[in-house]
Amino acid sequence: MRARRLLLVLACLAPLALRAAEDPALEKRVSSLAHELRCLVCQNQSLAESNASLAVDLRNQIREQLKDGKSEQDVIDFMVARYGDFVLYRPPLKLTTLALWTGPFLLLALGVFVLVRRIARRRVPEAALSDAERARAAQLLE
Amino acid sequence: MSKAWVVAGFIALVVLLGVGLGLDPREVPSPLIGKPAPAFDLPLLHAPDKTLERKQMLGKVWVLNVWASWCPPCLEEHPVVTALAKSGLVPVVGLNYKDARDDALAWLRRNGDPFEFSVFDATGRIGIDYGVYGVPETYVIDRRGVIRYKRIGPLTPAITRDRVQPLLKELIRES
Repeated sequence: MRARRLLLVLACLAPLALRAAEDPALEKRVSSLAHELRCLVCQNQSLAESNASLAVDLRNQIREQLKDGKSEQDVIDFMVARYGDFVLYRPPLKLTTLALWTGPFLLLALGVFVLVRRIARRRVPEAALSDAERARAAQLLE
Repeated sequence: MSKAWVVAGFIALVVLLGVGLGLDPREVPSPLIGKPAPAFDLPLLHAPDKTLERKQMLGKVWVLNVWASWCPPCLEEHPVVTALAKSGLVPVVGLNYKDARDDALAWLRRNGDPFEFSVFDATGRIGIDYGVYGVPETYVIDRRGVIRYKRIGPLTPAITRDRVQPLLKELIRES
């Protein structure tokens, strides 16, 4: 049973190993590009990590296109034309993505603003005791 | 910092999250809307020796429905697709996606075949050109061969009534 399972694992890994051996440089480019692209089926994984059948198909597409001499940018354009900017883990700065790019900085600025104001306010009441109060405090402390 | 500000901030956050979580993250706006439908030349599901090309559909308003026998939501939307096809408004073409021919044919025999044509995309290559990632998907294509609407996920009676049919009628009038 265990031997059979091991065999199964090896059988599954073999194509990966063979492919990598075929052309390691190409495989490296495919993998780094696949890490930049989002898998649409399981949206929190990249094409490199996902094993959804569409991700496998799209990895094959990347491989074929790079093999045909297309550039990384050509492949990215191919994906964006079909699936939109959503496939990019680093979306371009456009009018529609403005909130995405500037939102965190705006929130940070707001946070700093609120913090500074609160600290500034807290300092005010520390101000002076009157002479009478000081005298009373001294008396109490004795 | 007054209490009113904290309360206002909290309410704003609740509204933002309420709206955000209510949206469907699978509904990615397709860049294909307003673009020509990608070309295909695929064998027919029922007759492997015959093919259908996208060009043959030019001049007609039509609906492309992407489905597979392995896809449960496709079965769920099938009555809706059938009703749309039966309305006779426009031809509905099925794109059988990454399926086995025998399984697909058996599925149509079991559940009824509403399609004017069914084309067979065994490898899913044409699906990639159409940006398919969650079957079922449905496209409305106008007379000039331009994609005017795309639905990702099952068609519902409400979507068909409120979005698809009015658009189809408008496109037919447009001519």
